[in-house]
Amino acid sequence: MHIPDGFLAAPTWTSTWLFSIAGISVCLKKVTMVLEDRIIPLMGVMAAFIFAAQMLNFPVAGGTSGHLLGGALAAVLLGPYAGAVVIAIVLIVQCLVFQDGGLTALGANIFNISFIGAGGGYIIYRCIARIKNDRRGVIIGAAVAAWLSVVIASFACAVELALSGTSPFRIVVPAMLGVHILIGIGEAVITTGVVSFVLKVRPDLIYCPKKEECQ
Amino acid sequence: MKKRDVLFGLLTAMLLAVLFSPFASPWPDGLEKVAEDKGFLEKGEATPPITSPIPDYTWPGVDNDGLATAVAGAFGTLAVFVFALGSAWMLKRE
Repeated sequence: MHIPDGFLAAPTWTSTWLFSIAGISVCLKKVTMVLEDRIIPLMGVMAAFIFAAQMLNFPVAGGTSGHLLGGALAAVLLGPYAGAVVIAIVLIVQCLVFQDGGLTALGANIFNISFIGAGGGYIIYRCIARIKNDRRGVIIGAAVAAWLSVVIASFACAVELALSGTSPFRIVVPAMLGVHILIGIGEAVITTGVVSFVLKVRPDLIYCPKKEECQ
Repeated sequence: MKKRDVLFGLLTAMLLAVLFSPFASPWPDGLEKVAEDKGFLEKGEATPPITSPIPDYTWPGVDNDGLATAVAGAFGTLAVFVFALGSAWMLKRE
């Protein structure tokens, strides 16, 4: 879902750039306040894993592929702020080094994939994990957060394209939603797989906002 | 997180990038496909404002496509690991 240069009009990409700079500054402040030693290496490992997994496009219907975005996965393990920072780091390297996602569109890509993926994904995940406070709640929450965050991110992406006059709203919104409803299933499968594995071998690595709320 | 866990995680990521990335689906991703179908793909084909050293995950100068992708993947995985770890360290020191 990485938007290349040229898809977004100047008002859209400048405003998403400004918003993303502000958002990342908030995340960095929050991370600094709660940064525990154990989370530092996990941030490196999650960035590496999500970068690698994003290279692995899987086929979905009709000559289209999708790949993990990783926002929900990062948030389940690192929480919303460190999770968003890790996804932003992956996006910055992809943009500058690999020409995946445009430099002008970097703000929009951070908004869609990092803020909606990790931030939005975390809210969805916690809503479910709080109702059902056990392993199954974590897994179901991660699955729903993965799927829904990809679908919402694709909607945001479509709105940015429509606002830019790149494609009309009534055309680009249903098209983007239609394909990402399928890609989101892949996101949910991978996220659930990794979260289940971590729950089995190192359950203490799952992010816990308050000690009394976790097992 | 123990050293062993970090090594395990990093190694898993490296193996994914090196062994599996050459076999990733070559089909366009969701956004690219929509752009193709709805006729706005060419808007993204202008010269980008910056030149990336390793465009499209293909290590320059390597003839074999699969190998070029694997090398680019290994480099990128290490690069984001160092970048993320370094950023976290800097934040901690503040």
